[in-house]
Amino acid sequence: MSLLAAQNITVRFGGEAVLSDVSLAIEPGEIVTILGPNGSGKSTLLRALLGILPLAAGVVTRAAGLRLGYVPQKLSIDRSMPMTVRRFLSLPVRVGDVEATLALARVGLPGLEQRQMAGLSGGQFQRVLLARALLSAPQLLILDEPTQGLDQPGEAGFYRLIEEVRRETGAAILMVSHDLHVVMAASDRVICLNGHICCQGSPVVVSNAPEYRALFGLGSQGALALYQHRHDHSHEPDLVDAHGRAPSDPHHGHNHA
Amino acid sequence: MPMAARRRTRIMDIIMLDNLLGLDDFLVRAALAGLGLALATGPLGSFVVWRRMAYFGDATSHAAILGVALALALQLPIGVGTLLVALAMAGTVSTLAARGWAMDTTLGVLAHSALAFGLVAISYVPGVRADLSTYLFGDILAVSKADLGFIWAGSLGVVALLVWRWQALLTATLNEDLAHASGLNPDRERLVLTLALALVVAVALKIVGALLIAAMLIIPAAAARGLARTPESMAAYATGFGGLACLVGLRLSLWQDTPAGPSIVSAAAVIFALVAVFGRIRRA
Repeated sequence: MSLLAAQNITVRFGGEAVLSDVSLAIEPGEIVTILGPNGSGKSTLLRALLGILPLAAGVVTRAAGLRLGYVPQKLSIDRSMPMTVRRFLSLPVRVGDVEATLALARVGLPGLEQRQMAGLSGGQFQRVLLARALLSAPQLLILDEPTQGLDQPGEAGFYRLIEEVRRETGAAILMVSHDLHVVMAASDRVICLNGHICCQGSPVVVSNAPEYRALFGLGSQGALALYQHRHDHSHEPDLVDAHGRAPSDPHHGHNHA
Repeated sequence: MPMAARRRTRIMDIIMLDNLLGLDDFLVRAALAGLGLALATGPLGSFVVWRRMAYFGDATSHAAILGVALALALQLPIGVGTLLVALAMAGTVSTLAARGWAMDTTLGVLAHSALAFGLVAISYVPGVRADLSTYLFGDILAVSKADLGFIWAGSLGVVALLVWRWQALLTATLNEDLAHASGLNPDRERLVLTLALALVVAVALKIVGALLIAAMLIIPAAAARGLARTPESMAAYATGFGGLACLVGLRLSLWQDTPAGPSIVSAAAVIFALVAVFGRIRRA
């Protein structure tokens, strides 16, 4: 049974269809990335899946009692609101000190409890958001462009952390991105979106699909070479997903040109 | 008769009446009224600051004058009239905000129109023109036992509402999507704050007057921001500063025969300045 499934959903803003006829399903333990250019409806899709936006058509179903963790795209805490990291972790559900300490340690920020949220770096902030989402022991973690504003090492580190979380907890992960390389290496399945689903499949399949290449204006080689280089540096060879298979091993089926 | 002289005779009347009941009883009542108000304005004012609702507070409190006119015309209790009109105004503003109106301009139009219409409307009610300053600047020294009951009931109602919804309110204030994903409804939390604001306006009218209610929400909370590390401590400091400002302003008003509402707000402003200066010195 899928954790979350959308059937033929359409979302309109003032009569104009931003998303049309989108269907997808998230299975336990998989990492799915929604990829698309700016304005392609990626965040809209996530917000529709979360039930924040009304659907003009179609239906979203959740597994019964689904525990869901969410990391929003932008969370700016107004400077007028004092907020320690520890206090933030207890919103909206209060958690114990031990749990909070463990969650912070898990995302690589041990001992940060008493820091003010407004004083954190971009990377620290995103990790605290992740820690808060993890505290509900989610079966599905939804992240909206979680590495926006991070530099390359910060970005790679964050995706590594996501993979570790998936491996340890078995949580499925659905995230949105507009950048190609790191995401491609870290996903089991990629959904290429531009108002509708252009193509989907394993990163290799998608990166070779003509729809994808047209959408991102790529020539015949660029992205593949880029992708494989990134992949050689950041992918862990022994990575397996919850089903015990190696997710989307791109070493099969094609070579460097 | 000039305002100060009228006020003096009013105070003398009250003192003579209260001498029969018990010495300085009106001062005790005034102090209790101020503390009751601070109980609600501390936490609610913090939300007004966090959510940048300052002008929203202005619009709602200015509408209270219209409520006074309505109450006098229909011979309703003043508290009921102000509560109804404040609710209507707060509801209107909330609805317009949810529809994406440009809030700065919209609130500017609403806040000042509400005040202007209220002042025009109240001039039609016979015999009130002389008492207008009471509604604009408050009359804390004339708080009756019934007023005191209304003030405390209203304030405790606001506190209960905020405590009940506290976690949800904080989450929705941080980020509406985050609240949504946690199964909360940000629209409902906005409604809670709207209701609380209307209640506080009705409660505060007698104490600081329609013109300065928003000041009692914002200034103590702004002073508290400099000292607080968590939302809860900010609300607590704001309550403390609000209560202190009421007591200090009350004494100032009594000794110098200054209008009570502006005296209380002046005291709050001085507290804000002191906290800001000491905070800077401590950090330096």
